[in-house]
Parts: sequence; C-alpha cells; structure tokens
Amino acid sequence: MALTGLFLITFITLHLAINLLTMVSKDAFNEASHFMATNPLIQVMQYVLAAGFLIHIVMGINLTLKNKSARPEKYAYNRPSANSGFSSRSMIITGMLVLVFLVLHLRDYFVELKFGDMNGFDNDYDLVVTLFGMWYYTLIYVLAFIALGIHLNHGFQSAFQSMGANHSRYTPLIKKLGAVYCVIIAAGFSAIAIFHFVNA
Amino acid sequence: MSVLDAKIPQGPLKDKWTKHKNDINVVNPANKRLIDVIVVGTGLAGGAASASLAEMGYSVKAFCFQDSPRRAHSIAAQGGINAAKNYQNDGDSTYRLFYDTVKGGDYRAREANVYRLAEVSANIIDQCVAQGVPFAREYGGLLDNRSFGGVLVSRTFYAKGQTGQQLLLGAYSAMSRQIGKGKIKMYNRHEMLELVIVGGKARGIIARNLVTGEIERHSAHAVVLASGGYGNVFFLSTNAMGSNVTAAWKAHKKGAYFANPCFTQIHPTCIPRSGEYQSKLTLMSESLRNDGRIWVPKKKEDVMAIREGRLSPTDLREEDRDYYLERRYPAFGNLVPRDVASRAAKERCDAGYGVNDTGEAVYLDFGSAIMRYGKEKAMVDGITNPTEDVIRELGEQVVEAKYGNLFQMYEKITDDNPYKTPMKIYPAVHYTMGGIWVDYNLMTTIPGCYAAGEANFSDHGANRLGASALMQGLADGYFVLPYTIGDYLAGDIRTGAIPNDSPEFMEAEKQVRDQIEKLLKNNGSKSVDHFHRRLGKIMWDHVGMARNGEGLKQAIAEIRSLRDEFWKDVRVPGKANGLNPELEKAGRVADFLELGELMALDALHRSESCGGHFREESQTDEGEALRKDDEFAFVSAWEWTGDAGEAKLHKEELTFNDIELKQRSYK
Amino acid sequence: MNLTLKIYRQDGPNAKGRMETYQVADISEHMSFLEMLDVLNEQLVAKGEEPVAFDHDCREGICGMCSLYINGEAHGPDRGVTTCQLHMRKFKDGDTIYIEPWRSKAFPVVKDLVVDRSSFDRIMAAGGFVSVNTSGNTQDANAIPIPKTDADKAFDAATCIGCGACVATCKNASAMLFVSAKVSQLALLPQGKVERTHRVLNMVERMDKEGFGNCTNTGACEVECPKGISLENIARMNREYLKASLTADKD
Repeated sequence: MALTGLFLITFITLHLAINLLTMVSKDAFNEASHFMATNPLIQVMQYVLAAGFLIHIVMGINLTLKNKSARPEKYAYNRPSANSGFSSRSMIITGMLVLVFLVLHLRDYFVELKFGDMNGFDNDYDLVVTLFGMWYYTLIYVLAFIALGIHLNHGFQSAFQSMGANHSRYTPLIKKLGAVYCVIIAAGFSAIAIFHFVNA
Repeated sequence: MSVLDAKIPQGPLKDKWTKHKNDINVVNPANKRLIDVIVVGTGLAGGAASASLAEMGYSVKAFCFQDSPRRAHSIAAQGGINAAKNYQNDGDSTYRLFYDTVKGGDYRAREANVYRLAEVSANIIDQCVAQGVPFAREYGGLLDNRSFGGVLVSRTFYAKGQTGQQLLLGAYSAMSRQIGKGKIKMYNRHEMLELVIVGGKARGIIARNLVTGEIERHSAHAVVLASGGYGNVFFLSTNAMGSNVTAAWKAHKKGAYFANPCFTQIHPTCIPRSGEYQSKLTLMSESLRNDGRIWVPKKKEDVMAIREGRLSPTDLREEDRDYYLERRYPAFGNLVPRDVASRAAKERCDAGYGVNDTGEAVYLDFGSAIMRYGKEKAMVDGITNPTEDVIRELGEQVVEAKYGNLFQMYEKITDDNPYKTPMKIYPAVHYTMGGIWVDYNLMTTIPGCYAAGEANFSDHGANRLGASALMQGLADGYFVLPYTIGDYLAGDIRTGAIPNDSPEFMEAEKQVRDQIEKLLKNNGSKSVDHFHRRLGKIMWDHVGMARNGEGLKQAIAEIRSLRDEFWKDVRVPGKANGLNPELEKAGRVADFLELGELMALDALHRSESCGGHFREESQTDEGEALRKDDEFAFVSAWEWTGDAGEAKLHKEELTFNDIELKQRSYK
Repeated sequence: MNLTLKIYRQDGPNAKGRMETYQVADISEHMSFLEMLDVLNEQLVAKGEEPVAFDHDCREGICGMCSLYINGEAHGPDRGVTTCQLHMRKFKDGDTIYIEPWRSKAFPVVKDLVVDRSSFDRIMAAGGFVSVNTSGNTQDANAIPIPKTDADKAFDAATCIGCGACVATCKNASAMLFVSAKVSQLALLPQGKVERTHRVLNMVERMDKEGFGNCTNTGACEVECPKGISLENIARMNREYLKASLTADKD
C-alpha cells in the first residue's frame, strides 16, 4: 500500500501542477496537456500508473476484508475517536469515494481526450472550462477532492511508517508535511473547479 | 542426630559447590530424553528450571495457573537483583555477599546454601545479559548498580523499577524457545491439586484444567515445586491475587516437611490501605529508600493537624520532623534492612504518630533528594545561579528517570503527586522466607520432589535482604536444580515412562474430585472471600509484625474455629466442569486455613526475636530484637501428622563455621 | 457512587453471549475498577448467582493478566494504566459502564470477560528469544558495552506486558505493537542481532497465521497501551522485515 500510495502521491502532485495552469493560461495548459498525451515516456508511464492504481485499489480492498475478518464479533460499545483520527479509520470509505470519482473523471476526460471526439471541443482547455460550468459537476468534484484530502491526511504519513521510516527527528516533520500536503491537494484542485465555475 | 540430613558436602566452604558438582551423578544425553520432569510454577525459579532442564534434554511438563507463563508474580518484583560482580570497585566479593545475606537473615540460614547462592550470583547476570535482558546502563555502555537496604556496597543490578519483569521475561523467552522446540509441554491455566507418590517417590501430580474443569493425571520421574510463597494467607499482601500455597501444602500433607513457616517478611514501603474493600496492597520498591527519607512529625499536635488536613507535610519545618531511622540507626539510616525499617514504622504509628486517617502511615520524602540532584544537574548543565524552581525541576527530572514508573504507579493509586508531596507508606506482607524444607540439592523430604525459589525455605533465614529473592529464584532455577536433579534422576534411566493409571494416581485423583464436590455441594451462606478476610485479620493481628505467646495461642484457637465454620458455611457457586474462579479460590483458602495454624504454632514455639519474627517477650532494653542463639539456632521443619495443630517438629541444627554469630546492629 | 453495569456474559467457549445489566451501590472513588467488580461478585454470590469471570492477578499493572474493554476503550478511560490500576474516581455517580471482553478472532472468549491469549505465547515461541543455553560460562556481562540510548530503547520496548490491549483496541485487531516490541528489544541489543533475520520473519509469519489483522497505522494501540509502547517499534519491525525479506537466504 505504502509504495503504490507514494507513487500515486507523486502522480497527483504532477496532475495538480498541470491543472493549475488552467487558471494561468489557456495555451500553457493546452501545451502541457498535449505533451502528456503524446510524449512516449509518459505513454509508457500511463500503464505503470494504471497498474499503480489497480494494485493500490485491490490491495486496499483485500486488506480491509482481511482486517474485518480479524474481528468477527464487534463491540457493543466502542469509542474509537478516543484513540485515533477519523481519516485513519475511514481509509476504505474515502478510498472508495475517490474510486467512484475516478471512474467518472476518466470517462469525462481521459477517454474523451484520448479516444473520443472531445464532445466537439477543439482543445483540452475548453473541455475543462465547459464541464466546470455546470454547478453539480463542480460540486461532485469538490466533494471528491475533500475525500481525497482526508485520504491523504492519513495516507501520506502512514506510508512512511509502513516503510519503516520513523525517527524522533524526522517523523514530526513528515507528519506536518502530510497535513499541509493534503490541504494543498484538496484546496488546489477544488480551487480550479470553483475558479472555472465562477468564471463560466 | 535429626532425621533431617541436609546433605551438605564436606570440605571448605568455598569449594563445596564445585566439589559437589564434580561428585554427583549425571545422566547421559540420550537418556535425558526418556526422563520426564514436571515443574509447577513458571516464575523465576520454575521458568528458569524448565528452560534449563529442557535445554539439557529432559522432557519437561510445565504448569501455571495463569493464562501464560509470563504472568507469574516474579514479574512484579521492582528493585533489582544482587550479584557479587564488584563492577563498582567497592570491595564486593562472593564472601561479602554471603556474609551480608547470612547476617541479613539474622543467622537462621544454612551457610553452605548461601555461599553457593553468592557464588552463582555473577553467572546470573552474565546469563541474563546474554538472553537480552535490558539492564540499566551507564553512558559508557556498562552496567549500572545501585545499593539496597542492609548492605554497604552497590551490587544491585536493575532495570528501572521493573527488574523482576525483565528477568522473568528473559526466563519466559528461554522457555518459549523450548516450547517451540517441543521440549517443554506447557500447561497454561492448570492448577496442581495433588502430589502423587508411588513407591515412596514423587511420580506425578493431579492438575485441574481451569478452563474445562477436567481433572488430569500427569506422571513424571521427578516433580519440581516452584509455586512461590504464601503471603496471601494474610489476605492483604503485595502478592498477586492468585498466589497460593496449595501446591506446596499438598506436598506437605504427602510428607514434605514445612520449614520455618512463621518467617514472613513485612516490607516497609507499601502504599497504605485505604478501605475495607481493598483486595491487595501495592509495594513501592525498597530502592526508593536510597533517595527517600522516612519521617513522621515530632509533635502530636502536628500529626493531628496533618490528619485533619489543616497542615500540609511540606509546610512542616525541618526541626519539627522526626527522621526516626536516621535518629535510631545513624550508620545505615534509611537503608536499614526491611525487618528493622518495618518495625520502626510500626513503633512510631503505635505511638500515635501515623500520618493518615487510619494512623497507619509514615512519610517517604524525596524533597531533599530532588534538591540535591537538581543542584548536581544544574552544575552539569552549566547553569549558574539557578533559582530554586529551576533546581527543583531539574531534580524532578533526575528522580523521574530513576523511579518514574513507581511514582506514576503511586499517583494512579492514591491521586497524590509524590514529586510535590511526600509519599505515604506503611509495612505490608511481602515475602515468605519459610517454605518447604529442602536439602542442599533442593530435594524435599519426599524423594524425587524438589522445591525451588520462594516455595522452599532455603537461603534467606529469618529475613530477606532486598534484591535477594530474584537472585535466589534464578540461582535455583538456572544453576542449582538442573545439576542436582541429575544426581537423583541418574537412578531412573532404566525406569521407563511412569504409568499414570496406577492405583496411587487413581486414589489421588479421587481425593481431588472429592474435595471439589464437597466445596460445590456445601451450599453455605458466605463467600470464600469472607473467610479469607477474616483469616487475614487474625494473621495480621497476631502472627504479623510483632507477636506474643498469648496472641499466638488465641490465633490458633480462632483459626481452628474459622476453619470449622468455613467447611460448614462456605458457599461456592458454579460448576466443576468449566472456568470457576470461586472454586479455585475456595481450594486455596481451605489450604491457607491449615497453613495459618501451622504458622502460629511455629511462631509460638520460637520464643525468640529474629529477623521477620519479632517476639515481644524477647527484646533488649532499647526495644531492639533479641535473638537467642543458644536455644533457637535451628531450622524448624514440621511434619504433617493428619491435623494442622498436631504437626511434629524436627530440628535441623544450624552450624556456623565461616561466620561469627553476632547480635545484628545497624546503629 | 451508584452505577449501572452492562456486562458481557458468555457461559463457555462455545456458548452464545449476551449483555446483562447489573446495579452496584456505595462504590468508593478510591476503589480500583476490579475491586468494584469484586463488590458486584460478592453480591452475585450472596444471591446464589454465578459471579462474573474476569482475568486478573497481580493487581498492580505489571502481570498483564487483566483486560476488559470499558466504555469503548481498552483498560478504560484513563491513560497509561491497566484495568487493575484504573480507579473509580474516573467515573461519576449514576454512570452506565459497558464492560466487554477483548474482541479478536485470535483471542476467543473462554467465559464472560475471559479470553484466550495463547496466540501471543505461540508468537513468542516462534522467535521471541535469543538462542542461548543456560551455562555458567557465557561471557562476562560487561564484555560488550551497549550504548545507553540503545539499552534504554530496548528496555522501553521490553516493558510490554502482553496484555493484548493493542489488539483489542485496533480496528483491525492487529498484533503489530506486541510483536514489534519484542522484535525491537532484541534487534536493538547486540545479543539479539545475530538472529534478527529469522526472528522477524518467523514471528510475523506466526502472527499472520494466528488470524490477527494488519497494521494500518491508526496509532490507537500506542494511545491505549498501558505501558506506552511506541509506534517507533512498529516502524522498526517494518524495517527489519523489509530487510529480512530481501536478504534472507532461500531455505
């Protein structure tokens, strides 16, 4: 989980960086988007990325099922909030929300940009801007980003712990970094969606 | 000549053990596999013995009543373990450890045993470090030591206030390794309820599976009892709730003599009791006396003011405090042996100076230690002209590093912060020096039945010094019993497996079943704890810290009638065929009710004061204990004759060739 | 104070369990939680009912025998204590207290609040030791100096009492804190380093076989652990395991 998680974290960071361009310049974004769609290395990485997602998802579901079976009888009264954070306990839920979003997202962008007729738009930027013009579309996206943020809030630092990186000197820093990072991701993506909705 | 032969090897004291090891029989490795040994109890002695015997090749069956061998009550020992390593270069030696232990035991221990104990003490530390026991270390990476009561050198190795835990987990690890290999068959949640004797030899036990209630017959070529002490006869003690005498007592009733039953150690530093509901007492390690100063107010009016909450002990001026140990025993001060410290606390409280509601508490004060350490730390840290608050804070850090877990434990129980206000302490029953009589080989008067650790009487005489129990338990288990048992088992290599369906086994099983049935069908009106509490009160009042002839006679009469009442009126709910804690308790209390009488009888007979046994009729003009070597320099070993009150006394005379008998003085 | 107790009762290993309600009165705030249960049991015995079975022994927080899931938390609401050290001053008059056994596939219920934790013993038997026989001539205890920081960390890990609160409280019923404490203790000391590779592989394999869940780093175990065993140990075990998996010889 940790390895694929960190890999996906790298991807999502890159994704955010490119998307932010939509708020800066139409041409820059189109250029970056074009580069991502044609560069041979990126084309190869696409499959690696897909594999990363798949492994992360399958392992996550598998882990959850196994962990559930480790406690067949539940407590009549439980107070998990006394000793652990919400994000750490809800990884499968936030993960599933992100997965549902991912399917939607792939259908609307990835498939269209790569295989479809782009719904008649002649460049990537216009497709983005038009879709975010619809309020419910923006809302779904923002909610998904919040779920992703919560997922990352635990996922970021948890990945380091799982790989054995825990040190009195660096772990507090990693935890802070994780907290800041998940906010940047959630807020960054949401800002883009809201920006285009407002401007539409 | 007594019927008791201690089998002490001939020759000079310091050569006895080496010579003995060379002289005794050994069993060859191929034959060891064919020999079964039962070990009852998995504390330091039992755990160490099980592991060592299994490593040597014997087939071991180990039993404990807890859910895992790691829970044995050795785990609760706090302060440390002695060893004559002389790492601190303060002149320690095997002889000095031997001397301190015999003297600390008030000259009622066997010289040869104690010398052997001192001799193997150093091996214990080596062994434990090799196992990965994390003893405290200095910055240079070498082992640290501290000093303990009754001793003038630093020879105590420790792991914060959890030394017993670390040592036990070491032994448990060693056991686990053998359990994994199948060399130890572990029986958790099993309680030994009878010893089986076939042809005059111990050949097995009857045990109850506490989960299913099944009564099981287990055979072996030898049986080792390492079932701990019997302090719970007092109901309130620092022992675990489950600690009991049953295994030892059943062996006693089958022919093992019980030695010095009245030698009970009352530990000076325990948390005072707070109410009738109390189920146990908690020890605060003796190591605290290294830094804590014990006092009560000098004036009665201050005592009253403190009890009524009008005065805080920290506000009492130095000159109004009575540091009574420093006053009475200037040479050893707060580090006098346990028996002396306990009696001194009782003396002050009896005189009306106790500082809590019940009048049974004295202060253990870390105020001056905190300031002293704080100043040192400030110096080391290069802080010039530190304020009192800074010094106090630094000092508290030092004290926390040394005793943090004990202070936390105290605060959780009492809700008082011992860094800010002095601890309240009072003596409580902690350890029993008495136990099953054993010879030099740790064999009881039943051939093939051995006793190790607190369960035997051997090395502590009338009073145990701090950090000696861990030493003795591990010495017996790792370094004595594994050798000496071979001498006996060498005669059994052709015997073959012991059948467990002989008439002797069937008879023993029947006895166990009958007792269980009797208890369950009794249908009385009072709970087991009701009787246990009452027994405890009789024992504490009359067979406790100070005893006199009248009180002891009264105790015997009261225990007898309480025992009759128990068998008429005890109520044990539940069934035999399943987990039934009340039934377990009932069996244990039934045995305590017999043991209690024997303890009182033994105390009555020993009309001298020695060690943990303070006989009011026998004291000096200054109120110090008066020992009578001419009359009582012997071990009292009691033989069961069918009734607790009719036990027959055998004496093992103690001879001291390498040490001069002196009246103890810590002044 | 007067309290309402909701206690899980189960007659035997294969019986069906149920929650029962009891009342206790005049409980002193200075009582320990188990002494409060003693009071209840005395009541039940007096009424001829079977008392509630629960594990306990030393009652000073070191043997690890006591357990109990109290009001939704392992060892109850206080921190850094076992149930036997929990005092009634942490509760208020009129409170309702839920008392349940540890819940885990690897800790089956024996009776009422008593569970079988022998899976911990089996993990220990798989590698929780240094393979050294008893002998009078192992090398001198001071022959290998050990840096104080390592010795202290090893000690901190070694203070685990094996109570199982980590498993009970973990949403995945994972035993990683328990196992990592032993792996860490021995990995930090030169005496234990010799066998580190096989130790971690064997102990983890046994842990998985026993049916414990996996660690997802929620940190609940560290919070509820009565001995404050740190998550650092789990990270250390992860390192040890990673290294061992990559470097161990093929058998």
